[in-house]
Amino acid sequence: MFDFLQGYNLLGAFWVTVQLTVYSAIGSLIWGTLLAAMRVSPVPLMRGFGTAYVNIVRNIPLTVIIVFTSLGLFQTLGVSLGADRFTTINFRLAILGLTAYTSAFVCEAVRSGINTVPLGQVEAARAIGLSFPQVLRIIVLPQAFRSVVGPLANVLIALTKNTTVAAAIGVAEAALLMREMIENEAQLILISTIFAFGFICLTLPTGLFLGWVAKKVAVKR
Amino acid sequence: MKKDRPTVLYDVPGPRARRRNLLWTLLFLVALAAVVWWVVVSLADKNQLEWAKWAPFFTDARVWETYLLPALKNTVIAAALAMVIALPLGALLGIFRLSDHRWLRGAAGTVVEFFRAIPVLILMLFANAAYSEFTDISPDIRPMYAVVTGLVLYNASVLAEVVRAGILSLPSGQTDAAKAIGMRKGQTMSYVLLPQAVTAMLPALVSQLVVIVKDTALGGAMLGFSELLASVRPMSANYGANTIACFTVVAVIFVVLNFALTTFASWLEGRLRRGKKSTGAVVGAGAVEELATPGEHMGPADGTK
Repeated sequence: MFDFLQGYNLLGAFWVTVQLTVYSAIGSLIWGTLLAAMRVSPVPLMRGFGTAYVNIVRNIPLTVIIVFTSLGLFQTLGVSLGADRFTTINFRLAILGLTAYTSAFVCEAVRSGINTVPLGQVEAARAIGLSFPQVLRIIVLPQAFRSVVGPLANVLIALTKNTTVAAAIGVAEAALLMREMIENEAQLILISTIFAFGFICLTLPTGLFLGWVAKKVAVKR
Repeated sequence: MKKDRPTVLYDVPGPRARRRNLLWTLLFLVALAAVVWWVVVSLADKNQLEWAKWAPFFTDARVWETYLLPALKNTVIAAALAMVIALPLGALLGIFRLSDHRWLRGAAGTVVEFFRAIPVLILMLFANAAYSEFTDISPDIRPMYAVVTGLVLYNASVLAEVVRAGILSLPSGQTDAAKAIGMRKGQTMSYVLLPQAVTAMLPALVSQLVVIVKDTALGGAMLGFSELLASVRPMSANYGANTIACFTVVAVIFVVLNFALTTFASWLEGRLRRGKKSTGAVVGAGAVEELATPGEHMGPADGTK
Protein backbone atom coordinates (compact mmCIF):
# COMPACT_ATOMS: atom_id res chain seq x y z
CA MET A 1 0.00 0.00 0.00
CA PHE A 2 2.82 2.39 0.81
CA ASP A 3 5.14 1.10 -1.93
CA PHE A 4 4.75 4.27 -3.97
CA LEU A 5 6.43 6.26 -1.22
CA GLN A 6 9.79 4.90 -2.29
CA GLY A 7 11.65 7.41 -4.39
CA TYR A 8 10.18 10.36 -2.48
CA ASN A 9 12.02 12.04 0.35
CA LEU A 10 9.03 12.62 2.58
CA LEU A 11 10.99 13.23 5.76
CA GLY A 12 13.42 15.48 3.90
CA ALA A 13 10.55 17.67 2.70
CA PHE A 14 9.10 18.00 6.18
CA TRP A 15 12.61 18.72 7.48
CA VAL A 16 12.79 21.68 5.09
CA THR A 17 9.40 22.81 6.44
CA VAL A 18 10.76 22.65 9.98
CA GLN A 19 13.91 24.54 9.00
CA LEU A 20 11.90 27.26 7.29
CA THR A 21 9.74 27.54 10.41
CA VAL A 22 12.63 27.72 12.88
CA TYR A 23 14.78 30.22 10.97
CA SER A 24 11.81 32.48 10.18
CA ALA A 25 10.58 32.23 13.77
CA ILE A 26 13.93 33.40 15.13
CA GLY A 27 14.17 36.16 12.55
CA SER A 28 10.65 37.45 13.08
CA LEU A 29 10.92 37.28 16.88
CA ILE A 30 13.90 39.65 16.74
CA TRP A 31 12.56 42.00 14.05
CA GLY A 32 9.03 41.88 15.48
CA THR A 33 10.24 42.83 18.96
CA LEU A 34 12.28 45.69 17.51
CA LEU A 35 9.19 46.87 15.63
CA ALA A 36 7.12 46.70 18.82
CA ALA A 37 9.76 48.72 20.65
CA MET A 38 9.64 51.28 17.85
CA ARG A 39 5.85 51.45 18.05
CA VAL A 40 5.91 52.42 21.74
CA SER A 41 9.04 54.58 21.59
CA PRO A 42 9.11 58.32 22.35
CA VAL A 43 10.45 59.07 18.85
CA PRO A 44 7.51 59.95 16.55
CA LEU A 45 9.36 58.95 13.37
CA MET A 46 10.01 55.43 14.71
CA ARG A 47 6.42 55.11 15.87
CA GLY A 48 5.23 56.14 12.43
CA PHE A 49 7.57 53.70 10.71
CA GLY A 50 6.46 50.82 12.94
CA THR A 51 2.78 51.54 12.41
CA ALA A 52 3.19 51.92 8.65
CA TYR A 53 5.23 48.70 8.39
CA VAL A 54 2.69 46.65 10.34
CA ASN A 55 -0.35 48.04 8.52
CA ILE A 56 1.16 47.57 5.07
CA VAL A 57 2.74 44.16 5.56
CA ARG A 58 -0.25 42.64 7.36
CA ASN A 59 -2.52 43.57 4.48
CA ILE A 60 -0.40 42.13 1.67
CA PRO A 61 -0.88 38.40 1.04
CA LEU A 62 2.15 36.35 2.09
CA THR A 63 2.07 34.74 -1.35
CA VAL A 64 2.63 38.12 -2.98
CA ILE A 65 5.60 38.79 -0.68
CA ILE A 66 7.17 35.38 -1.29
CA VAL A 67 6.71 35.50 -5.07
CA PHE A 68 8.09 39.05 -5.01
CA THR A 69 11.27 37.90 -3.27
CA SER A 70 11.91 35.55 -6.17
CA LEU A 71 10.55 37.44 -9.22
CA GLY A 72 11.31 40.93 -7.95
CA LEU A 73 14.28 40.75 -5.61
CA PHE A 74 16.20 37.90 -7.18
CA GLN A 75 15.30 37.76 -10.86
CA THR A 76 14.89 41.49 -11.44
CA LEU A 77 17.19 43.14 -8.91
CA GLY A 78 19.71 40.32 -8.57
CA VAL A 79 19.57 40.01 -4.78
CA SER A 80 20.84 36.51 -4.01
CA LEU A 81 21.55 36.84 -0.26
CA GLY A 82 25.07 35.49 -0.65
CA ALA A 83 24.10 32.11 -2.03
CA ASP A 84 25.07 30.77 -5.44
CA ARG A 85 23.00 27.61 -5.78
CA PHE A 86 19.46 28.07 -6.99
CA THR A 87 17.86 25.99 -4.22
CA THR A 88 19.78 27.83 -1.49
CA ILE A 89 18.83 31.21 -2.93
CA ASN A 90 15.14 30.32 -2.95
CA PHE A 91 15.35 28.86 0.54
CA ARG A 92 16.92 32.07 1.90
CA LEU A 93 14.50 34.28 -0.03
CA ALA A 94 11.59 32.32 1.43
CA ILE A 95 12.96 32.85 4.95
CA LEU A 96 13.35 36.56 4.21
CA GLY A 97 9.74 36.80 3.00
CA LEU A 98 8.33 34.75 5.86
CA THR A 99 10.29 36.82 8.39
CA ALA A 100 9.17 40.13 6.90
CA TYR A 101 5.54 38.98 7.00
CA THR A 102 5.47 37.23 10.38
CA SER A 103 7.28 40.11 12.15
CA ALA A 104 4.18 42.26 11.73
CA PHE A 105 2.15 39.71 13.69
CA VAL A 106 4.88 39.24 16.32
CA CYS A 107 4.99 43.01 16.73
CA GLU A 108 1.25 43.19 17.41
CA ALA A 109 1.42 40.27 19.85
CA VAL A 110 4.31 41.83 21.79
CA ARG A 111 2.59 45.19 21.80
CA SER A 112 -0.56 43.65 23.27
CA GLY A 113 1.70 42.08 25.90
CA ILE A 114 3.21 45.47 26.72
CA ASN A 115 -0.33 46.69 27.33
CA THR A 116 -0.89 43.99 29.97
CA VAL A 117 1.97 45.23 32.17
CA PRO A 118 0.37 47.20 35.03
CA LEU A 119 0.80 50.95 35.12
CA GLY A 120 2.43 50.85 38.55
CA GLN A 121 5.35 48.79 37.26
CA VAL A 122 6.26 51.39 34.67
CA GLU A 123 5.63 54.29 37.01
CA ALA A 124 7.88 52.74 39.66
CA ALA A 125 10.58 52.17 37.04
CA ARG A 126 10.39 55.77 35.92
CA ALA A 127 10.35 56.96 39.53
CA ILE A 128 13.73 55.34 40.21
CA GLY A 129 15.08 57.13 37.15
CA LEU A 130 15.30 54.41 34.52
CA SER A 131 15.47 55.65 30.94
CA PHE A 132 13.05 54.48 28.25
CA PRO A 133 15.32 51.72 26.88
CA GLN A 134 15.96 50.55 30.45
CA VAL A 135 12.25 50.57 31.32
CA LEU A 136 11.54 48.50 28.24
CA ARG A 137 14.46 46.08 28.62
CA ILE A 138 14.46 45.51 32.38
CA ILE A 139 10.86 46.02 33.44
CA VAL A 140 8.33 45.88 30.63
CA LEU A 141 9.51 43.36 28.04
CA PRO A 142 10.35 40.52 30.49
CA GLN A 143 6.83 40.72 31.91
CA ALA A 144 5.27 41.30 28.50
CA PHE A 145 6.93 38.20 27.03
CA ARG A 146 5.64 36.01 29.83
CA SER A 147 2.09 37.04 29.03
CA VAL A 148 2.40 36.72 25.24
CA VAL A 149 3.66 33.13 25.06
CA GLY A 150 0.12 32.09 24.11
CA PRO A 151 -0.38 34.68 21.34
CA LEU A 152 3.17 34.08 20.07
CA ALA A 153 2.42 30.34 19.94
CA ASN A 154 -0.55 31.18 17.69
CA VAL A 155 1.80 33.15 15.45
CA LEU A 156 4.30 30.28 15.40
CA ILE A 157 1.64 27.76 14.38
CA ALA A 158 0.35 30.10 11.69
CA LEU A 159 3.97 30.43 10.53
CA THR A 160 4.36 26.65 10.36
CA LYS A 161 1.31 26.46 8.12
CA ASN A 162 2.47 29.47 6.12
CA THR A 163 5.80 27.86 5.20
CA THR A 164 3.87 25.91 2.55
CA VAL A 165 3.68 29.18 0.60
CA ALA A 166 7.42 28.79 -0.08
CA ALA A 167 6.36 26.10 -2.56
CA ALA A 168 5.31 28.98 -4.82
CA ILE A 169 8.98 29.78 -5.47
CA GLY A 170 10.08 26.16 -5.68
CA VAL A 171 11.47 25.54 -2.20
CA ALA A 172 11.39 21.76 -1.82
CA GLU A 173 9.18 21.65 1.26
CA ALA A 174 6.13 19.54 2.06
CA ALA A 175 3.49 21.24 -0.13
CA LEU A 176 5.71 21.13 -3.23
CA LEU A 177 6.42 17.43 -2.71
CA MET A 178 2.69 16.85 -2.23
CA ARG A 179 1.91 18.50 -5.56
CA GLU A 180 4.61 16.44 -7.27
CA MET A 181 3.34 13.20 -5.73
CA ILE A 182 -0.29 13.95 -6.63
CA GLU A 183 0.75 14.50 -10.23
CA ASN A 184 2.78 11.30 -10.47
CA GLU A 185 0.85 8.80 -8.37
CA ALA A 186 -2.78 7.76 -8.47
CA GLN A 187 -3.12 7.79 -4.71
CA LEU A 188 -4.76 11.16 -4.05
CA ILE A 189 -6.58 10.34 -0.83
CA LEU A 190 -3.67 8.48 0.71
CA ILE A 191 -1.11 11.15 -0.22
CA SER A 192 -3.30 13.95 1.11
CA THR A 193 -3.88 12.06 4.35
CA ILE A 194 -0.14 11.58 4.82
CA PHE A 195 0.59 15.28 4.37
CA ALA A 196 -2.35 16.36 6.51
CA PHE A 197 -1.11 14.01 9.21
CA GLY A 198 2.40 15.42 8.88
CA PHE A 199 1.18 18.95 9.49
CA ILE A 200 -1.02 17.87 12.39
CA CYS A 201 2.09 16.29 13.93
CA LEU A 202 3.89 19.61 13.59
CA THR A 203 1.15 21.99 14.73
CA LEU A 204 -0.83 20.19 17.44
CA PRO A 205 2.08 19.25 19.76
CA THR A 206 3.57 22.75 19.36
CA GLY A 207 0.23 24.23 20.39
CA LEU A 208 -0.19 21.88 23.35
CA PHE A 209 3.39 22.33 24.57
CA LEU A 210 3.40 26.12 24.27
CA GLY A 211 -0.07 26.26 25.84
CA TRP A 212 1.41 24.44 28.83
CA VAL A 213 4.41 26.81 28.88
CA ALA A 214 2.09 29.81 28.63
CA LYS A 215 0.18 28.68 31.72
CA LYS A 216 3.43 27.97 33.55
CA VAL A 217 5.11 31.32 32.95
CA ALA A 218 2.06 33.61 33.00
CA VAL A 219 2.36 36.39 35.56
CA LYS A 220 -0.30 35.79 38.20
CA ARG A 221 -2.14 39.01 38.82
CA MET B 1 -6.98 48.97 24.91
CA LYS B 2 -6.64 52.59 25.87
CA LYS B 3 -5.20 54.85 23.23
CA ASP B 4 -2.95 56.90 25.51
CA ARG B 5 -1.51 53.85 27.21
CA PRO B 6 1.98 53.70 25.58
CA THR B 7 2.81 57.24 26.67
CA VAL B 8 3.00 55.96 30.22
CA LEU B 9 6.29 54.31 29.26
CA TYR B 10 8.10 57.65 29.27
CA ASP B 11 7.72 61.08 30.83
CA VAL B 12 6.75 64.20 28.97
CA PRO B 13 10.13 65.05 27.39
CA GLY B 14 12.11 67.85 28.94
CA PRO B 15 14.89 69.73 27.13
CA ARG B 16 17.45 66.90 27.38
CA ALA B 17 14.97 64.23 26.35
CA ARG B 18 13.87 66.37 23.44
CA ARG B 19 17.49 66.67 22.28
CA ARG B 20 17.94 62.91 22.67
CA ASN B 21 14.75 62.21 20.72
CA LEU B 22 15.90 64.56 18.00
CA LEU B 23 19.22 62.68 17.81
CA TRP B 24 17.40 59.36 17.52
CA THR B 25 15.10 60.80 14.89
CA LEU B 26 18.11 61.94 12.88
CA LEU B 27 19.91 58.59 13.24
CA PHE B 28 16.79 56.72 12.22
CA LEU B 29 16.23 59.09 9.34
CA VAL B 30 19.78 58.46 8.11
CA ALA B 31 19.29 54.68 8.34
CA LEU B 32 15.96 54.91 6.57
CA ALA B 33 17.42 57.18 3.90
CA ALA B 34 20.27 54.70 3.36
CA VAL B 35 17.78 51.89 2.77
CA VAL B 36 15.66 54.01 0.46
CA TRP B 37 18.82 55.12 -1.38
CA TRP B 38 19.92 51.50 -1.83
CA VAL B 39 16.46 50.55 -3.14
CA VAL B 40 16.34 53.47 -5.56
CA VAL B 41 19.87 52.86 -6.83
CA SER B 42 19.32 49.15 -7.41
CA LEU B 43 15.97 49.86 -9.07
CA ALA B 44 17.57 52.45 -11.32
CA ASP B 45 20.43 50.04 -12.06
CA LYS B 46 18.00 47.52 -13.51
CA ASN B 47 16.04 50.21 -15.33
CA GLN B 48 12.97 49.63 -13.18
CA LEU B 49 12.36 53.31 -12.56
CA GLU B 50 11.87 54.33 -16.21
CA TRP B 51 8.63 56.19 -16.63
CA ALA B 52 7.72 53.90 -19.54
CA LYS B 53 7.48 51.00 -17.09
CA TRP B 54 5.13 52.80 -14.72
CA ALA B 55 3.19 54.90 -17.21
CA PRO B 56 0.78 52.17 -18.41
CA PHE B 57 -0.88 52.05 -15.00
CA PHE B 58 -1.66 55.76 -15.15
CA THR B 59 -2.17 56.49 -18.82
CA ASP B 60 -3.29 53.22 -20.41
CA ALA B 61 -6.79 52.06 -19.50
CA ARG B 62 -6.16 48.74 -21.22
CA VAL B 63 -3.86 47.48 -18.42
CA TRP B 64 -6.77 47.85 -16.06
CA GLU B 65 -9.37 46.52 -18.47
CA THR B 66 -7.46 43.44 -19.64
CA TYR B 67 -5.43 42.48 -16.59
CA LEU B 68 -6.08 44.15 -13.27
CA LEU B 69 -9.85 44.53 -13.09
CA PRO B 70 -10.75 41.01 -14.27
CA ALA B 71 -8.12 39.66 -11.88
CA LEU B 72 -9.48 41.77 -9.02
CA LYS B 73 -12.96 40.52 -9.93
CA ASN B 74 -11.80 36.92 -9.63
CA THR B 75 -10.13 37.62 -6.28
CA VAL B 76 -13.28 39.25 -4.93
CA ILE B 77 -15.60 36.56 -6.32
CA ALA B 78 -13.52 33.73 -4.85
CA ALA B 79 -13.30 35.47 -1.47
CA ALA B 80 -17.02 36.31 -1.40
CA LEU B 81 -18.06 32.79 -2.45
CA ALA B 82 -15.79 31.25 0.15
CA MET B 83 -17.22 33.49 2.87
CA VAL B 84 -20.84 32.91 1.84
CA ILE B 85 -20.46 29.12 1.73
CA ALA B 86 -18.21 28.83 4.78
CA LEU B 87 -20.41 30.92 7.06
CA PRO B 88 -23.48 28.62 7.26
CA LEU B 89 -21.23 25.56 7.44
CA GLY B 90 -19.22 27.22 10.20
CA ALA B 91 -22.38 28.23 12.07
CA LEU B 92 -23.60 24.63 11.93
CA LEU B 93 -20.26 23.27 13.15
CA GLY B 94 -20.07 25.91 15.87
CA ILE B 95 -23.55 25.08 17.14
CA PHE B 96 -22.75 21.36 17.04
CA ARG B 97 -19.69 22.05 19.19
CA LEU B 98 -22.00 23.48 21.84
CA SER B 99 -24.48 20.61 21.57
CA ASP B 100 -25.59 18.62 24.60
CA HIS B 101 -24.93 15.38 22.74
CA ARG B 102 -21.43 14.20 23.35
CA TRP B 103 -20.96 12.43 20.01
CA LEU B 104 -22.10 15.48 18.04
CA ARG B 105 -19.81 17.73 20.04
CA GLY B 106 -16.93 15.32 19.55
CA ALA B 107 -17.48 14.89 15.82
CA ALA B 108 -17.72 18.63 15.17
CA GLY B 109 -14.70 19.23 17.39
CA THR B 110 -12.62 16.71 15.43
CA VAL B 111 -13.56 18.26 12.10
CA VAL B 112 -12.73 21.74 13.35
CA GLU B 113 -9.39 20.75 14.88
CA PHE B 114 -8.41 18.77 11.78
CA PHE B 115 -8.99 21.54 9.26
CA ARG B 116 -7.47 24.23 11.46
CA ALA B 117 -4.29 22.21 11.89
CA ILE B 118 -3.40 21.89 8.21
CA PRO B 119 -2.37 24.62 5.76
CA VAL B 120 -4.94 25.99 3.30
CA LEU B 121 -2.54 25.24 0.45
CA ILE B 122 -2.67 21.51 1.21
CA LEU B 123 -6.48 21.69 1.11
CA MET B 124 -6.42 23.61 -2.19
CA LEU B 125 -4.01 21.15 -3.80
CA PHE B 126 -6.19 18.29 -2.64
CA ALA B 127 -9.37 19.93 -3.92
CA ASN B 128 -7.77 20.70 -7.27
CA ALA B 129 -6.60 17.11 -7.78
CA ALA B 130 -9.88 15.70 -6.51
CA TYR B 131 -11.91 17.79 -8.96
CA SER B 132 -9.75 16.73 -11.88
CA GLU B 133 -9.92 13.07 -10.89
CA PHE B 134 -13.51 12.61 -9.77
CA THR B 135 -15.51 15.29 -11.61
CA ASP B 136 -15.60 16.70 -15.12
CA ILE B 137 -15.41 20.38 -14.23
CA SER B 138 -13.62 22.05 -17.11
CA PRO B 139 -9.95 22.87 -16.48
CA ASP B 140 -10.67 26.58 -17.09
CA ILE B 141 -12.75 27.04 -13.99
CA ARG B 142 -11.29 24.19 -11.93
CA PRO B 143 -8.75 26.45 -10.17
CA MET B 144 -11.57 28.71 -8.98
CA TYR B 145 -13.49 25.70 -7.65
CA ALA B 146 -10.36 24.38 -5.96
CA VAL B 147 -9.50 27.73 -4.37
CA VAL B 148 -13.04 28.22 -3.07
CA THR B 149 -13.24 24.63 -1.78
CA GLY B 150 -9.92 24.90 0.04
CA LEU B 151 -10.91 28.22 1.55
CA VAL B 152 -14.34 26.91 2.57
CA LEU B 153 -12.94 23.82 4.31
CA TYR B 154 -10.43 25.89 6.27
CA ASN B 155 -12.61 28.88 7.01
CA ALA B 156 -15.69 26.89 7.97
CA SER B 157 -13.69 25.49 10.87
CA VAL B 158 -12.30 28.90 11.83
CA LEU B 159 -15.76 30.46 11.59
CA ALA B 160 -17.15 27.60 13.68
CA GLU B 161 -14.87 28.81 16.46
CA VAL B 162 -15.90 32.41 15.83
CA VAL B 163 -19.58 31.44 16.10
CA ARG B 164 -18.90 29.44 19.23
CA ALA B 165 -17.01 32.34 20.78
CA GLY B 166 -19.86 34.64 19.74
CA ILE B 167 -22.47 32.49 21.46
CA LEU B 168 -20.31 32.02 24.56
CA SER B 169 -19.72 35.77 24.75
CA LEU B 170 -23.41 36.41 25.43
CA PRO B 171 -24.44 36.87 29.06
CA SER B 172 -25.89 33.67 30.55
CA GLY B 173 -29.01 35.63 31.51
CA GLN B 174 -30.08 35.36 27.85
CA THR B 175 -30.29 31.57 28.01
CA ASP B 176 -31.88 31.67 31.45
CA ALA B 177 -34.55 34.10 30.29
CA ALA B 178 -35.29 31.98 27.22
CA LYS B 179 -35.63 28.90 29.42
CA ALA B 180 -37.86 30.79 31.82
CA ILE B 181 -40.38 31.63 29.14
CA GLY B 182 -40.41 27.97 28.10
CA MET B 183 -38.34 27.96 24.91
CA ARG B 184 -36.86 24.70 23.74
CA LYS B 185 -33.12 24.34 23.09
CA GLY B 186 -33.54 24.83 19.34
CA GLN B 187 -35.73 27.87 19.85
CA THR B 188 -33.30 29.40 22.32
CA MET B 189 -30.53 28.97 19.80
CA SER B 190 -32.35 30.25 16.74
CA TYR B 191 -34.41 33.08 18.28
CA VAL B 192 -32.25 34.32 21.14
CA LEU B 193 -28.61 33.30 20.97
CA LEU B 194 -27.76 33.11 17.27
CA PRO B 195 -29.16 36.52 16.22
CA GLN B 196 -27.23 38.24 19.00
CA ALA B 197 -24.12 36.16 18.37
CA VAL B 198 -24.11 37.17 14.70
CA THR B 199 -24.05 40.82 15.70
CA ALA B 200 -21.36 40.21 18.29
CA MET B 201 -19.10 38.40 15.86
CA LEU B 202 -19.41 40.81 12.91
CA PRO B 203 -15.97 42.41 13.52
CA ALA B 204 -14.35 38.96 13.60
CA LEU B 205 -16.16 37.98 10.39
CA VAL B 206 -14.95 41.06 8.52
CA SER B 207 -11.47 40.47 9.88
CA GLN B 208 -11.56 36.86 8.65
CA LEU B 209 -12.58 38.18 5.24
CA VAL B 210 -9.15 39.86 5.07
CA VAL B 211 -7.52 36.47 5.67
CA ILE B 212 -9.65 34.94 2.91
CA VAL B 213 -8.80 37.70 0.42
CA LYS B 214 -5.10 37.20 1.16
CA ASP B 215 -5.34 33.43 0.79
CA THR B 216 -6.88 33.64 -2.70
CA ALA B 217 -3.40 34.66 -3.88
CA LEU B 218 -2.26 31.10 -3.14
CA GLY B 219 -4.47 29.90 -5.97
CA GLY B 220 -2.77 32.33 -8.31
CA ALA B 221 0.70 31.11 -7.44
CA MET B 222 0.10 27.37 -7.19
CA LEU B 223 -3.04 26.41 -9.14
CA GLY B 224 -3.13 28.82 -12.07
CA PHE B 225 -6.15 30.71 -10.77
CA SER B 226 -6.18 34.03 -12.62
CA GLU B 227 -6.36 36.45 -9.69
CA LEU B 228 -4.37 39.58 -8.93
CA LEU B 229 -1.00 37.98 -8.20
CA ALA B 230 -1.24 35.81 -11.32
CA SER B 231 -1.78 38.93 -13.42
CA VAL B 232 1.79 40.08 -12.67
CA ARG B 233 3.49 37.71 -15.14
CA PRO B 234 1.40 38.45 -18.26
CA MET B 235 1.41 42.17 -17.43
CA SER B 236 5.17 42.44 -17.03
CA ALA B 237 5.65 40.35 -20.17
CA ASN B 238 3.44 42.75 -22.12
CA TYR B 239 4.72 46.05 -20.79
CA GLY B 240 8.48 45.62 -21.04
CA ALA B 241 9.49 43.60 -17.97
CA ASN B 242 8.14 46.11 -15.45
CA THR B 243 8.03 43.47 -12.71
CA ILE B 244 8.59 45.90 -9.85
CA ALA B 245 5.90 48.28 -11.07
CA CYS B 246 3.42 45.40 -11.46
CA PHE B 247 4.13 44.07 -7.98
CA THR B 248 3.79 47.54 -6.52
CA VAL B 249 0.40 48.08 -8.14
CA VAL B 250 -0.89 44.64 -7.11
CA ALA B 251 0.36 45.13 -3.55
CA VAL B 252 -1.25 48.56 -3.36
CA ILE B 253 -4.59 47.13 -4.52
CA PHE B 254 -4.40 44.42 -1.86
CA VAL B 255 -3.42 46.90 0.85
CA VAL B 256 -6.22 49.32 -0.03
CA LEU B 257 -8.83 46.54 -0.14
CA ASN B 258 -7.73 44.90 3.09
CA PHE B 259 -7.07 48.14 4.92
CA ALA B 260 -10.62 49.22 4.13
CA LEU B 261 -11.91 45.91 5.52
CA THR B 262 -9.73 46.17 8.65
CA THR B 263 -10.82 49.74 9.31
CA PHE B 264 -14.46 48.72 8.84
CA ALA B 265 -13.95 45.83 11.29
CA SER B 266 -12.53 48.03 14.02
CA TRP B 267 -15.21 50.67 13.43
CA LEU B 268 -17.85 47.95 13.85
CA GLU B 269 -16.12 46.70 16.97
CA GLY B 270 -16.04 50.13 18.54
CA ARG B 271 -19.69 50.68 17.68
CA LEU B 272 -20.73 47.36 19.18
CA ARG B 273 -18.68 47.88 22.34
CA ARG B 274 -20.24 51.29 22.88
CA GLY B 275 -23.71 50.20 21.77
CA LYS B 276 -26.47 50.73 24.31
CA LYS B 277 -29.10 48.44 22.78
CA SER B 278 -27.02 45.26 22.70
CA THR B 279 -25.52 43.24 25.52
CA GLY B 280 -22.12 44.69 24.66
CA ALA B 281 -20.80 41.22 23.84
CA VAL B 282 -18.20 41.30 21.05
CA VAL B 283 -15.88 38.84 19.36
CA GLY B 284 -13.20 41.33 18.39
CA ALA B 285 -11.30 41.53 15.13
CA GLY B 286 -8.14 40.53 16.98
CA ALA B 287 -9.64 37.24 18.10
CA VAL B 288 -9.54 35.46 14.76
CA GLU B 289 -5.79 34.79 14.92
CA GLU B 290 -6.34 32.92 18.13
CA LEU B 291 -9.44 31.13 16.88
CA ALA B 292 -7.60 29.96 13.76
CA THR B 293 -5.09 28.04 15.88
CA PRO B 294 -5.68 24.34 16.53
CA GLY B 295 -5.89 23.11 20.09
CA GLU B 296 -7.67 24.51 23.10
CA HIS B 297 -7.16 28.19 23.47
CA MET B 298 -4.53 29.58 25.70
CA GLY B 299 -6.49 32.06 27.68
CA PRO B 300 -7.94 35.37 26.71
CA ALA B 301 -6.15 37.43 24.12
CA ASP B 302 -7.56 40.91 23.88
CA GLY B 303 -10.29 39.76 21.50
CA THR B 304 -12.92 37.67 23.26
CA LYS B 305 -14.67 39.28 26.12
